[in-house]
Amino acid sequence: MDDRKTRILVGKVGLDGHDRGVKVVARSLRDAGFEVIYTGLHRTPEEVVEAALQEDVDFIGLSILSGAHMSLVPPIIELLAANDAEDIIVCVGGVIPPEDGEALKELGVAAVFDQDSTTDDIIAWIRETAAKETKTAKKS
Amino acid sequence: MALADRTEIPGQVAKDSDLAEIAKAKTEWEETELKRFQQRSPERKKQFSTLSGLPLERIYTPLDLQDLDFAEKINFPGSYPFTRGPYPTMYRSRPWTMRQIAGFGTPSHTNQRLKYLIAQGQTGISIDFDMPTLMGYDSDDPRAQGEVGREGVAADTVSDLDEVLEGIDIGEISVSMTINPTAWILFSMYLAVAEQRGIPLGRLSGTVQADILKEYIAQKEWIYPIRPGVRIVRDLIVYSAKHLLRYNPINISGYHIREAGATAVQEAAFTLANGIAYVEEILKLGIPVDEFAPRLAFYFVAERDFFEEVAKFRALRRVWARIMKERFGAQQSESMRLRFHCQTAASSLTAREPLNNIARTAVQALSAILGGAQSLHTNGMDEAHAIPTEQAMKVALRTQQILLEETGAANTIDPLGGSYLVETLTDQMEEKIWDYIRRIDERGGAVAAAEQNFFQIEIAESAYHYQQQKRDGELTLVGVNKYYDPSSDEGLPFELHKVEPGVEEIQKERLRRVRKQRDDDEVEKRLAELTEVARSDENLIPATIAAVKAQASLGEIVKALKTVFGTYVETPVF
Repeated sequence: MDDRKTRILVGKVGLDGHDRGVKVVARSLRDAGFEVIYTGLHRTPEEVVEAALQEDVDFIGLSILSGAHMSLVPPIIELLAANDAEDIIVCVGGVIPPEDGEALKELGVAAVFDQDSTTDDIIAWIRETAAKETKTAKKS
Repeated sequence: MALADRTEIPGQVAKDSDLAEIAKAKTEWEETELKRFQQRSPERKKQFSTLSGLPLERIYTPLDLQDLDFAEKINFPGSYPFTRGPYPTMYRSRPWTMRQIAGFGTPSHTNQRLKYLIAQGQTGISIDFDMPTLMGYDSDDPRAQGEVGREGVAADTVSDLDEVLEGIDIGEISVSMTINPTAWILFSMYLAVAEQRGIPLGRLSGTVQADILKEYIAQKEWIYPIRPGVRIVRDLIVYSAKHLLRYNPINISGYHIREAGATAVQEAAFTLANGIAYVEEILKLGIPVDEFAPRLAFYFVAERDFFEEVAKFRALRRVWARIMKERFGAQQSESMRLRFHCQTAASSLTAREPLNNIARTAVQALSAILGGAQSLHTNGMDEAHAIPTEQAMKVALRTQQILLEETGAANTIDPLGGSYLVETLTDQMEEKIWDYIRRIDERGGAVAAAEQNFFQIEIAESAYHYQQQKRDGELTLVGVNKYYDPSSDEGLPFELHKVEPGVEEIQKERLRRVRKQRDDDEVEKRLAELTEVARSDENLIPATIAAVKAQASLGEIVKALKTVFGTYVETPVF
């Protein structure tokens, strides 16, 4: 059984400065027992991936309310793949229209949380997903 | 002082003998009729409270206002302490400005939307800019990729602003620009456009938001560190107060503080604390307070708790008036009266069942009107999904027009004045605002408090608490955590704004063309001069105007001053 706490990088990418949601999520995740690293604002895709690799995280949670998600998320997925880190699970929250949500999922985003999602929804999903990952023993 | 010992005091709500009788009757009522009725109809909660946690009693009576001095606390509109409004006639002579924000795509797209809104009866203009422009990047900057023209219009050079305002008489209509770290640049561009069009500065009315202090703690748009940021705002206010008699060079804002998660009390207190900081900064230059204070304007939200919001607006006016008079020794009324733009609460609107947002917005707008706002933006029903469509803005604008023309709400001044509830809430709000201002003063003022992360922690705490209340069902969101209809997830009842493809390329091409036909030597010279001014303590605006007139781009100007001021690095707290 994997005793290690699930590590989550919570990040704001691009110029979007709305951080109310991401900070509430970060704190909720921490209170729920996860190890949370918050990137702060205005990170580039490169900076997000660098931090994720450095911090050896299991999940990346991205918050984007600027509408620029289709320019910012795909590079992150690509960089993770280029760094052999496809096992890091990426989820996205913010203002993401359903069609874009579908497109992001096709690219490899595991979940898209809309504005009415609750912190409980997010925590439950992470727990579920982390448990599945442990079962399939993706990490050596 | 016991009730029985008091003699009649002028301005008292009810005579002492009456008060004693009311007290007696109230107790009787509570012990008989009320008790009986509660047995078959218990109240929904043990304790009700406003959104920010002030207790809400079952009823309010003259007993609650027994210490209220009408002349001292309420008085008349346009008279100290301006609780009832900044002007003697308010909407009876001049309704609030209906000022729906617009900004997306290319300058021409935004220009079309502005003209549409004016044609539908809008009485003031409000422009929103894209993230790169807000943050100081040109459209061709690597940091701008994917963000050009998305959440607002791109303004790289003065010709962009000119095109946004094409065919609009800026000598006649007031123009507000929602811009902060780069406000001083857009302001300079605006003056350059006015000069090009032969419009004297004295005719220009409008505003730039420009309040950088609230950025560091709430909206999070920044370039330079806090103190250079404040210096820039200082220069903007000083220049404008001197040269533009009808212009408001700042909107000291609570909206974003609230939207970041603060309570109503925090919104009010933190905004006024920031206001104090700006006034102090300018006074350091030896400029008399009455020479600039009349041009300070404010910006607050109209949130969901109806009566609390009205009380908040009244308390704000009362507190600011006293600050200006007693703390800063202002002599002119115009320095003491708080005027504000208002926007209904975007974060209160839901993604699910978005048509409900029309109702939410209408009620919030009413609170702004009953609270005496000078200018109002009502949100679109699609607020939680995308920037608003024409249709969403039309309905929102009609909402204001209906409130003005059909409800009678604007036909008397401060209609809720005298309400036992609203006067009590106003007093309570006022007290709590003063508490915070004292605490912030103890920390050395708003700038120091921001550097200490004081506001940021308070706001994050409130935001977290609010989220927990939603989660626990304490705070109802109709259609979301109560009355949830699964069929509402099957699609939206309207089209959303579509971002036109190619905007980024168009904007980059515009910028290329400007750079090609301008005199690069002159630009370099102007930027060098501006950099020198930045190094000194001289006013930045004249050199900035010269730079924008030479077609220096926003990004180039910002970069030049980074060499002097450096950049801000946040210490995030959650």
